[in-house]
Amino acid sequence: MHDDRLVIAGREFKSRLWVGTGKYKDFVETKKAIEVSGADVVTVAVRRVNITDRSKENLLDYIDPKKYTILPNTAGCYTVEDAVRYSRLARAAGVSDLVKLEVLGDEKTLFPDTAGLIEAAKILIKEGFIVLPYTNDDPIVAKKLVDIGCPAVMPLAAPIGSGLGIRNPYNLKIIMEQVKVPIIVDAGVGTASDAALAMEYGADAVLMNTAIAGAQDPIAMAEAMKYAVHAGRLAYKAGRIPRKLYATASSPIEGML
Amino acid sequence: MVNGMQIQVNGECRDCRSGLTVGDLLRELDIRTERVAVELNLEILDRKEFELRGLKEGDRLEILSFIGGGAPTRFVRERKRLKHAR
Repeated sequence: MHDDRLVIAGREFKSRLWVGTGKYKDFVETKKAIEVSGADVVTVAVRRVNITDRSKENLLDYIDPKKYTILPNTAGCYTVEDAVRYSRLARAAGVSDLVKLEVLGDEKTLFPDTAGLIEAAKILIKEGFIVLPYTNDDPIVAKKLVDIGCPAVMPLAAPIGSGLGIRNPYNLKIIMEQVKVPIIVDAGVGTASDAALAMEYGADAVLMNTAIAGAQDPIAMAEAMKYAVHAGRLAYKAGRIPRKLYATASSPIEGML
Repeated sequence: MVNGMQIQVNGECRDCRSGLTVGDLLRELDIRTERVAVELNLEILDRKEFELRGLKEGDRLEILSFIGGGAPTRFVRERKRLKHAR
C-alpha cells in the first residue's frame, strides 16, 4: 500500500493508525505497543515537568521525534483560553506547528465544546498552527472546521475511553461524503472490528489510545489494531458488495444432475 | 533572605539567589532545555531568551514538557482498579 499514503497539510503519513501514549504501565510498554502498532503519528499531552523528582524519565527518550510525528494535544482543556495556551506551549516545546485541538465541554462525557473548538481553531490557524480538531460526529461542525482552515477533522466514534465503538455510523458517513479533507476517527474505539468498520466506512485514519493501552495485553491489541485498520482500508478501496435480503447462489446451477 | 529571592516554579515556592536567569534555574533543576516550554508570568519564552531573562522576586515560572497523553488521570485509576478486580 505504498501508493496509499495519507497526506495532511503537505505531510505524508505511512500509517493510518494513529495512537495515543497515555495510560500505559510504563514507557517501555508504551514504546513496544507503538512499535507493534506500526503507527507513525503519536499523540502526547503537555504537562508540568516534575521538578522535585528529576529521576522521572522523559517520554521523548522512548518515542523518537525523528522517527514519529509527535502530535501534541490539548487534552484536559475546557476553555478556549486554556486550549490556545497549551497549544502555544506545545509549539514552544519545539516539536512542530501541529496540534490536536481539544476543547472539552463536560467532564463526564469529555464531549467537545464545538463552539469553543471553532473559536480556538480560528485563533490558532491565524498564528500558523496546523490544527487537527477533535470534534463531535456533527457534519455541520466538521464543515465549519474545514471552512476556517483545518486540514483534517477528527470526529469521535464514541466518548473518549468508552470503548463503545461507532455510535453514529450515519453521521460519520455524511461527514466522510461531504468533507473534502482527511477524516480521522478519534476516540471511542473498543476493539479491532470498530477500527476496521471506521476504515470500511471511508475514514482516512483512526486514532486510539485506551483501546490499546487499556487492553489486558496492550501489545497484542496494538498488533490487532494494525491489521484491523489495514484490512478496513483494503476493504474500503476494494468496494464491498451491496446488502441484499435474499440469497444469491455462488455456484452455478448449470451442470447439476 | 540576603541576596536571595522567592519565586514560584510549577506552582511551588522556591528560594533562590538573586540574578538567576531562566537558563541558570533550568540547569539547577537538571532540566534539559530541548523539548521544554517555559512560561514566565504567563508569557511564553523563546528558547533563546532562557539565558537572557533574569528572574525577580515573585516571578511565576511554569516549565512544561510532553507526557503520555491525553489520559485524564481517572482513567489510569480505572485501569488499576480493573487490574485489581481481575
